[in-house]
Amino acid sequence: MSGQIRSEWPLYEVFIRGKRGLNHVHVGSVHAADGQMALRHARDVYTRRNEGVSIWVVPSTEIIASSPGEKDPLFAPSGDKAYRHPTFYEIPDNVPHM
Amino acid sequence: MAEVHTHTEGEHDNAYAGLLVNDAHWAFGTDFEDPLAGVDTTVPEGVDAAELAAYCLMLGDDALVFSQRISEWCSNAPDLEEDIALANIALDLLGQARLLLARAAAADPAAVPQLPEGSPVPDEDRLAFFRDDLHFRNVRLAEVPNGDFAEIITRILIFSTWRLALFERLAHSRDAVLAAVAAKGVKELSYHRDFVGRWFLTLAQGTEESRRRLLSALDGLWPLTAELFATHPVERAVAASGAGVDPASVQEEVLSVLDHVFDASGVTRPEARPLAGVQGKTGRDGRHTEALSLMLAEMQVVARAHPDGLW
Repeated sequence: MSGQIRSEWPLYEVFIRGKRGLNHVHVGSVHAADGQMALRHARDVYTRRNEGVSIWVVPSTEIIASSPGEKDPLFAPSGDKAYRHPTFYEIPDNVPHM
Repeated sequence: MAEVHTHTEGEHDNAYAGLLVNDAHWAFGTDFEDPLAGVDTTVPEGVDAAELAAYCLMLGDDALVFSQRISEWCSNAPDLEEDIALANIALDLLGQARLLLARAAAADPAAVPQLPEGSPVPDEDRLAFFRDDLHFRNVRLAEVPNGDFAEIITRILIFSTWRLALFERLAHSRDAVLAAVAAKGVKELSYHRDFVGRWFLTLAQGTEESRRRLLSALDGLWPLTAELFATHPVERAVAASGAGVDPASVQEEVLSVLDHVFDASGVTRPEARPLAGVQGKTGRDGRHTEALSLMLAEMQVVARAHPDGLW
Protein backbone atom coordinates (compact mmCIF):
# COMPACT_ATOMS: atom_id res chain seq x y z
CA MET A 1 0.00 0.00 0.00
CA SER A 2 1.25 3.45 -0.79
CA GLY A 3 1.99 5.82 2.05
CA GLN A 4 -0.56 8.26 0.81
CA ILE A 5 -3.51 9.00 3.07
CA ARG A 6 -6.81 8.46 1.28
CA SER A 7 -9.80 10.57 2.12
CA GLU A 8 -12.21 7.65 2.05
CA TRP A 9 -12.11 4.13 3.44
CA PRO A 10 -12.57 1.18 1.09
CA LEU A 11 -16.00 -0.35 0.69
CA TYR A 12 -16.95 -3.79 2.05
CA GLU A 13 -20.01 -5.83 1.13
CA VAL A 14 -21.86 -7.25 4.11
CA PHE A 15 -23.51 -10.68 4.34
CA ILE A 16 -25.59 -11.61 7.38
CA ARG A 17 -26.86 -15.00 8.41
CA GLY A 18 -30.14 -14.30 10.10
CA LYS A 19 -31.30 -15.98 13.23
CA ARG A 20 -33.85 -17.98 11.32
CA GLY A 21 -32.10 -18.20 7.99
CA LEU A 22 -29.58 -20.75 6.88
CA ASN A 23 -27.49 -18.79 4.39
CA HIS A 24 -25.62 -15.56 4.56
CA VAL A 25 -27.56 -12.95 2.63
CA HIS A 26 -26.21 -9.75 1.17
CA VAL A 27 -27.64 -6.83 3.16
CA GLY A 28 -25.58 -3.83 2.07
CA SER A 29 -22.15 -2.33 2.43
CA VAL A 30 -20.00 -0.36 4.87
CA HIS A 31 -16.87 1.72 4.67
CA ALA A 32 -13.98 0.60 6.90
CA ALA A 33 -10.22 0.82 7.11
CA ASP A 34 -9.78 -2.95 7.29
CA GLY A 35 -11.71 -6.19 7.53
CA GLN A 36 -11.94 -6.27 11.32
CA MET A 37 -13.30 -2.75 11.42
CA ALA A 38 -15.71 -3.65 8.62
CA LEU A 39 -17.04 -6.55 10.73
CA ARG A 40 -17.75 -4.22 13.61
CA HIS A 41 -19.30 -1.58 11.42
CA ALA A 42 -21.50 -4.25 9.86
CA ARG A 43 -22.53 -5.39 13.33
CA ASP A 44 -23.39 -1.83 14.32
CA VAL A 45 -25.20 -0.89 11.12
CA TYR A 46 -26.95 -4.11 10.10
CA THR A 47 -27.64 -6.16 13.26
CA ARG A 48 -29.14 -3.50 15.53
CA ARG A 49 -32.53 -5.18 15.56
CA ASN A 50 -31.40 -8.66 16.39
CA GLU A 51 -31.12 -9.65 12.74
CA GLY A 52 -28.06 -11.82 12.71
CA VAL A 53 -25.92 -14.52 14.28
CA SER A 54 -23.06 -14.43 11.80
CA ILE A 55 -21.46 -11.81 9.57
CA TRP A 56 -19.22 -12.00 6.52
CA VAL A 57 -17.59 -8.94 5.02
CA VAL A 58 -15.86 -8.96 1.64
CA PRO A 59 -13.95 -6.11 0.00
CA SER A 60 -16.23 -4.82 -2.74
CA THR A 61 -13.31 -4.87 -5.18
CA GLU A 62 -13.06 -8.66 -4.67
CA ILE A 63 -16.59 -9.26 -5.93
CA ILE A 64 -16.56 -10.45 -9.52
CA ALA A 65 -19.92 -9.73 -11.07
CA SER A 66 -21.57 -10.86 -14.25
CA SER A 67 -22.30 -8.01 -16.60
CA PRO A 68 -25.82 -7.09 -17.75
CA GLY A 69 -24.61 -7.45 -21.35
CA GLU A 70 -24.03 -11.17 -20.81
CA LYS A 71 -27.52 -11.71 -19.48
CA ASP A 72 -28.89 -13.59 -22.45
CA PRO A 73 -26.03 -16.01 -23.11
CA LEU A 74 -25.70 -16.70 -19.37
CA PHE A 75 -29.30 -17.11 -18.28
CA ALA A 76 -31.68 -17.41 -21.21
CA PRO A 77 -30.73 -21.01 -22.14
CA SER A 78 -32.00 -22.36 -18.81
CA GLY A 79 -35.40 -20.71 -19.21
CA ASP A 80 -37.08 -23.55 -21.07
CA LYS A 81 -35.58 -26.47 -19.18
CA ALA A 82 -38.24 -27.11 -16.58
CA TYR A 83 -36.94 -30.65 -16.03
CA ARG A 84 -33.98 -29.16 -14.15
CA HIS A 85 -36.27 -27.99 -11.36
CA PRO A 86 -36.64 -30.50 -8.52
CA THR A 87 -40.41 -30.16 -8.60
CA PHE A 88 -41.21 -33.76 -9.42
CA TYR A 89 -40.49 -35.10 -5.94
CA GLU A 90 -42.74 -35.53 -2.93
CA ILE A 91 -41.17 -33.77 0.10
CA PRO A 92 -41.70 -35.76 3.31
CA ASP A 93 -43.29 -33.73 6.11
CA ASN A 94 -40.31 -34.24 8.47
CA VAL A 95 -37.77 -32.52 6.21
CA PRO A 96 -37.38 -29.00 7.55
CA HIS A 97 -36.38 -25.76 5.85
CA MET A 98 -37.50 -26.59 2.32
CA MET B 1 -31.44 -15.22 40.68
CA ALA B 2 -33.35 -14.17 37.60
CA GLU B 3 -32.50 -16.34 34.64
CA VAL B 4 -31.49 -14.46 31.53
CA HIS B 5 -31.56 -16.79 28.56
CA THR B 6 -28.89 -16.26 25.97
CA HIS B 7 -27.51 -18.03 22.98
CA THR B 8 -25.16 -20.85 23.81
CA GLU B 9 -21.48 -20.98 22.98
CA GLY B 10 -20.56 -22.41 19.61
CA GLU B 11 -23.82 -21.62 17.85
CA HIS B 12 -21.77 -19.55 15.47
CA ASP B 13 -20.66 -22.80 13.86
CA ASN B 14 -24.07 -24.41 13.65
CA ALA B 15 -26.50 -23.11 11.07
CA TYR B 16 -29.43 -24.78 12.82
CA ALA B 17 -28.72 -23.46 16.32
CA GLY B 18 -30.49 -20.17 15.70
CA LEU B 19 -33.70 -22.01 14.88
CA LEU B 20 -33.85 -23.82 18.18
CA VAL B 21 -33.11 -20.99 20.61
CA ASN B 22 -35.74 -20.47 23.27
CA ASP B 23 -35.78 -16.70 23.18
CA ALA B 24 -38.73 -16.11 25.45
CA HIS B 25 -36.55 -13.66 27.40
CA TRP B 26 -35.13 -11.81 24.44
CA ALA B 27 -37.10 -8.67 25.24
CA PHE B 28 -35.93 -8.40 28.84
CA GLY B 29 -35.65 -4.73 29.65
CA THR B 30 -37.38 -3.51 26.52
CA ASP B 31 -40.95 -3.50 27.81
CA PHE B 32 -42.36 -0.10 27.00
CA GLU B 33 -44.61 0.05 30.06
CA ASP B 34 -42.68 -1.58 32.88
CA PRO B 35 -38.91 -2.01 32.44
CA LEU B 36 -38.79 -4.61 35.21
CA ALA B 37 -41.79 -6.62 33.98
CA GLY B 38 -41.57 -10.21 35.11
CA VAL B 39 -38.62 -9.61 37.44
CA ASP B 40 -38.81 -10.20 41.19
CA THR B 41 -38.11 -6.79 42.78
CA THR B 42 -38.18 -7.93 46.41
CA VAL B 43 -35.18 -6.48 48.27
CA PRO B 44 -33.14 -9.43 49.59
CA GLU B 45 -32.97 -9.94 53.33
CA GLY B 46 -30.03 -8.18 54.97
CA VAL B 47 -29.86 -5.51 52.27
CA ASP B 48 -30.90 -1.97 53.23
CA ALA B 49 -33.48 -0.80 50.68
CA ALA B 50 -32.47 2.87 50.80
CA GLU B 51 -28.78 2.00 50.37
CA LEU B 52 -29.60 -0.36 47.52
CA ALA B 53 -31.57 2.42 45.83
CA ALA B 54 -28.71 4.91 46.29
CA TYR B 55 -26.31 2.35 44.83
CA CYS B 56 -28.59 1.77 41.81
CA LEU B 57 -28.73 5.54 41.30
CA MET B 58 -24.92 5.67 41.23
CA LEU B 59 -24.64 2.98 38.56
CA GLY B 60 -27.71 4.26 36.73
CA ASP B 61 -26.53 7.88 36.70
CA ASP B 62 -23.11 6.81 35.37
CA ALA B 63 -24.88 5.24 32.41
CA LEU B 64 -27.48 7.97 31.93
CA VAL B 65 -25.06 10.89 32.01
CA PHE B 66 -22.43 9.21 29.84
CA SER B 67 -25.12 8.08 27.41
CA GLN B 68 -26.23 11.69 27.05
CA ARG B 69 -22.65 12.80 26.40
CA ILE B 70 -22.06 10.10 23.80
CA SER B 71 -25.38 11.00 22.16
CA GLU B 72 -24.00 14.47 21.50
CA TRP B 73 -21.79 12.77 18.92
CA CYS B 74 -24.85 11.91 16.82
CA SER B 75 -24.29 13.30 13.32
CA ASN B 76 -20.85 14.60 14.31
CA ALA B 77 -18.69 11.46 14.09
CA PRO B 78 -16.00 11.22 11.39
CA ASP B 79 -18.00 8.69 9.39
CA LEU B 80 -21.56 7.42 9.15
CA GLU B 81 -20.46 4.05 10.48
CA GLU B 82 -18.79 5.57 13.58
CA ASP B 83 -21.87 7.69 14.13
CA ILE B 84 -24.07 4.62 14.35
CA ALA B 85 -21.50 2.75 16.45
CA LEU B 86 -21.40 5.56 19.02
CA ALA B 87 -25.20 5.87 19.00
CA ASN B 88 -25.47 2.14 19.67
CA ILE B 89 -23.15 2.45 22.66
CA ALA B 90 -25.17 5.40 23.98
CA LEU B 91 -28.39 3.42 23.59
CA ASP B 92 -26.97 0.40 25.40
CA LEU B 93 -26.04 2.66 28.31
CA LEU B 94 -29.44 4.34 28.24
CA GLY B 95 -31.05 0.91 28.52
CA GLN B 96 -28.86 0.10 31.53
CA ALA B 97 -29.77 3.45 33.08
CA ARG B 98 -33.47 2.83 32.65
CA LEU B 99 -33.31 -0.54 34.39
CA LEU B 100 -31.13 0.75 37.21
CA LEU B 101 -33.23 3.84 37.87
CA ALA B 102 -36.37 1.70 37.81
CA ARG B 103 -34.68 -0.63 40.28
CA ALA B 104 -33.80 2.32 42.53
CA ALA B 105 -37.43 3.48 42.48
CA ALA B 106 -38.77 0.01 43.20
CA ALA B 107 -36.38 -0.46 46.13
CA ASP B 108 -37.01 2.95 47.69
CA PRO B 109 -40.07 4.86 46.42
CA ALA B 110 -39.08 7.79 48.69
CA ALA B 111 -36.12 8.48 46.37
CA VAL B 112 -38.45 9.35 43.48
CA PRO B 113 -39.21 13.06 42.93
CA GLN B 114 -42.83 14.04 43.53
CA LEU B 115 -44.84 15.33 40.58
CA PRO B 116 -48.36 16.80 40.41
CA GLU B 117 -51.12 14.34 41.27
CA GLY B 118 -52.03 12.17 38.32
CA SER B 119 -48.80 12.72 36.37
CA PRO B 120 -48.22 9.75 34.08
CA VAL B 121 -44.42 10.14 34.15
CA PRO B 122 -42.91 6.77 35.16
CA ASP B 123 -40.55 6.52 38.12
CA GLU B 124 -37.36 6.08 36.11
CA ASP B 125 -38.19 9.20 34.08
CA ARG B 126 -38.91 11.18 37.24
CA LEU B 127 -35.45 10.23 38.49
CA ALA B 128 -33.82 11.07 35.17
CA PHE B 129 -35.57 14.37 34.46
CA PHE B 130 -36.68 15.82 37.79
CA ARG B 131 -33.52 15.67 39.91
CA ASP B 132 -30.97 18.50 40.03
CA ASP B 133 -27.25 17.96 39.61
CA LEU B 134 -26.65 17.77 43.37
CA HIS B 135 -28.81 14.64 43.45
CA PHE B 136 -26.96 12.92 40.63
CA ARG B 137 -24.50 10.30 41.88
CA ASN B 138 -22.47 9.66 38.72
CA VAL B 139 -18.69 9.77 38.59
CA ARG B 140 -17.37 12.95 37.02
CA LEU B 141 -15.69 11.02 34.19
CA ALA B 142 -19.17 10.54 32.73
CA GLU B 143 -20.14 14.22 32.74
CA VAL B 144 -17.14 16.22 31.51
CA PRO B 145 -17.73 17.94 28.16
CA ASN B 146 -16.83 16.15 24.95
CA GLY B 147 -13.57 16.79 23.17
CA ASP B 148 -12.55 15.33 19.82
CA PHE B 149 -13.04 11.77 18.50
CA ALA B 150 -9.88 10.58 20.29
CA GLU B 151 -11.32 11.91 23.54
CA ILE B 152 -14.59 9.99 23.32
CA ILE B 153 -12.76 6.81 22.28
CA THR B 154 -10.40 7.13 25.26
CA ARG B 155 -13.23 7.96 27.65
CA ILE B 156 -15.35 5.00 26.54
CA LEU B 157 -12.27 2.77 26.86
CA ILE B 158 -11.70 3.78 30.48
CA PHE B 159 -15.41 3.76 31.33
CA SER B 160 -16.29 0.43 29.70
CA THR B 161 -13.22 -1.35 31.12
CA TRP B 162 -14.15 -0.17 34.61
CA ARG B 163 -17.86 -0.86 34.28
CA LEU B 164 -17.29 -4.28 32.72
CA ALA B 165 -15.13 -5.29 35.70
CA LEU B 166 -17.87 -4.08 38.07
CA PHE B 167 -20.68 -5.80 36.17
CA GLU B 168 -18.85 -9.13 35.91
CA ARG B 169 -18.88 -9.21 39.70
CA LEU B 170 -22.32 -7.65 40.01
CA ALA B 171 -23.76 -10.52 37.95
CA HIS B 172 -23.44 -12.52 41.20
CA SER B 173 -25.30 -9.93 43.27
CA ARG B 174 -27.74 -11.18 45.89
CA ASP B 175 -30.23 -8.76 44.36
CA ALA B 176 -31.88 -10.59 41.47
CA VAL B 177 -32.53 -7.39 39.53
CA LEU B 178 -28.96 -6.11 39.76
CA ALA B 179 -27.68 -9.57 38.83
CA ALA B 180 -29.89 -9.66 35.74
CA VAL B 181 -29.04 -6.10 34.71
CA ALA B 182 -25.34 -6.84 35.10
CA ALA B 183 -25.52 -10.12 33.18
CA LYS B 184 -27.15 -8.27 30.30
CA GLY B 185 -24.72 -5.37 30.54
CA VAL B 186 -21.60 -7.54 30.47
CA LYS B 187 -22.24 -8.46 26.84
CA GLU B 188 -22.86 -4.86 25.86
CA LEU B 189 -19.82 -3.52 27.69
CA SER B 190 -17.57 -6.25 26.27
CA TYR B 191 -18.43 -5.00 22.80
CA HIS B 192 -17.94 -1.35 23.74
CA ARG B 193 -14.51 -2.13 25.12
CA ASP B 194 -13.56 -4.16 22.09
CA PHE B 195 -14.75 -1.47 19.68
CA VAL B 196 -12.96 1.44 21.33
CA GLY B 197 -9.89 -0.66 22.17
CA ARG B 198 -9.32 -1.18 18.45
CA TRP B 199 -9.81 2.50 17.78
CA PHE B 200 -7.42 3.42 20.58
CA LEU B 201 -4.74 1.25 18.98
CA THR B 202 -5.52 2.65 15.54
CA LEU B 203 -5.27 6.27 16.68
CA ALA B 204 -2.12 5.60 18.72
CA GLN B 205 -0.38 3.93 15.79
CA GLY B 206 -1.94 6.06 13.07
CA THR B 207 -0.59 9.44 12.10
CA GLU B 208 1.39 11.90 14.19
CA GLU B 209 -1.74 13.98 14.51
CA SER B 210 -3.97 11.11 15.62
CA ARG B 211 -1.39 10.06 18.21
CA ARG B 212 -0.98 13.60 19.48
CA ARG B 213 -4.73 13.95 19.93
CA LEU B 214 -5.01 10.57 21.66
CA LEU B 215 -2.23 11.31 24.15
CA SER B 216 -3.73 14.70 24.85
CA ALA B 217 -7.13 13.09 25.52
CA LEU B 218 -5.61 10.48 27.81
CA ASP B 219 -3.70 13.09 29.81
CA GLY B 220 -6.84 15.18 30.16
CA LEU B 221 -9.02 12.28 31.35
CA TRP B 222 -6.61 10.49 33.63
CA PRO B 223 -7.13 12.75 36.68
CA LEU B 224 -10.76 11.56 36.67
CA THR B 225 -9.88 7.86 36.97
CA ALA B 226 -8.95 7.83 40.68
CA GLU B 227 -12.59 8.59 41.51
CA LEU B 228 -13.66 5.35 39.79
CA PHE B 229 -11.98 3.28 42.48
CA ALA B 230 -12.81 5.41 45.55
CA THR B 231 -15.30 3.57 47.73
CA HIS B 232 -18.31 5.61 48.84
CA PRO B 233 -19.91 4.56 52.17
CA VAL B 234 -23.02 3.42 50.26
CA GLU B 235 -20.91 1.22 47.99
CA ARG B 236 -19.10 -0.21 51.00
CA ALA B 237 -22.35 -1.05 52.76
CA VAL B 238 -24.03 -2.56 49.72
CA ALA B 239 -20.91 -4.59 48.90
CA ALA B 240 -20.80 -5.86 52.49
CA SER B 241 -24.38 -7.11 52.21
CA GLY B 242 -23.56 -9.01 49.02
CA ALA B 243 -25.73 -6.88 46.73
CA GLY B 244 -23.06 -4.56 45.31
CA VAL B 245 -19.40 -4.38 44.37
CA ASP B 246 -16.70 -2.35 46.12
CA PRO B 247 -15.09 -0.39 43.25
CA ALA B 248 -11.70 -0.54 44.98
CA SER B 249 -11.75 -4.30 44.37
CA VAL B 250 -11.63 -3.87 40.59
CA GLN B 251 -8.81 -1.31 40.44
CA GLU B 252 -6.01 -3.80 39.88
CA GLU B 253 -7.86 -5.63 37.13
CA VAL B 254 -8.95 -2.44 35.35
CA LEU B 255 -5.46 -0.95 35.35
CA SER B 256 -4.04 -4.24 34.13
CA VAL B 257 -6.49 -4.36 31.20
CA LEU B 258 -5.80 -0.73 30.35
CA ASP B 259 -2.04 -1.32 30.57
CA HIS B 260 -2.49 -4.14 28.10
CA VAL B 261 -4.12 -1.75 25.61
CA PHE B 262 -1.55 0.95 26.35
CA ASP B 263 1.35 -1.50 25.81
CA ALA B 264 -0.06 -2.68 22.48
CA SER B 265 -0.50 0.96 21.47
CA GLY B 266 2.96 2.11 22.60
CA VAL B 267 1.41 4.47 25.15
CA THR B 268 2.57 5.02 28.73
CA ARG B 269 -0.03 5.17 31.48
CA PRO B 270 -0.17 8.80 32.67
CA GLU B 271 0.73 9.71 36.21
CA ALA B 272 -1.58 12.55 37.06
CA ARG B 273 -2.92 13.76 40.36
CA PRO B 274 -6.62 13.06 40.87
CA LEU B 275 -9.02 15.91 40.11
CA ALA B 276 -9.86 17.47 43.48
CA GLY B 277 -13.40 17.35 44.80
CA VAL B 278 -15.33 19.97 46.73
CA GLN B 279 -14.23 19.62 50.36
CA GLY B 280 -13.21 16.07 49.52
CA LYS B 281 -16.58 15.26 47.98
CA THR B 282 -16.90 14.07 44.38
CA GLY B 283 -19.50 12.77 41.94
CA ARG B 284 -20.73 9.90 44.10
CA ASP B 285 -21.55 12.50 46.80
CA GLY B 286 -23.45 14.68 44.32
CA ARG B 287 -20.61 17.20 43.93
CA HIS B 288 -20.02 17.71 40.23
CA THR B 289 -18.26 19.92 37.74
CA GLU B 290 -20.35 22.78 36.38
CA ALA B 291 -20.63 20.87 33.11
CA LEU B 292 -23.24 18.54 34.60
CA SER B 293 -25.77 21.25 35.48
CA LEU B 294 -25.47 22.70 31.98
CA MET B 295 -25.91 19.28 30.42
CA LEU B 296 -28.91 18.45 32.62
CA ALA B 297 -30.56 21.78 31.81
CA GLU B 298 -30.62 20.79 28.17
CA MET B 299 -31.50 17.16 28.84
CA GLN B 300 -34.36 17.90 31.23
CA VAL B 301 -35.94 21.08 29.88
CA VAL B 302 -38.69 19.49 27.81
CA ALA B 303 -39.71 16.95 30.45
CA ARG B 304 -39.79 19.64 33.14
CA ALA B 305 -41.91 21.94 31.01
CA HIS B 306 -44.51 19.17 30.77
CA PRO B 307 -44.66 17.31 34.09
CA ASP B 308 -48.03 15.90 33.00
CA GLY B 309 -46.72 14.92 29.59
CA LEU B 310 -47.09 11.42 28.24
CA TRP B 311 -44.36 10.36 25.84
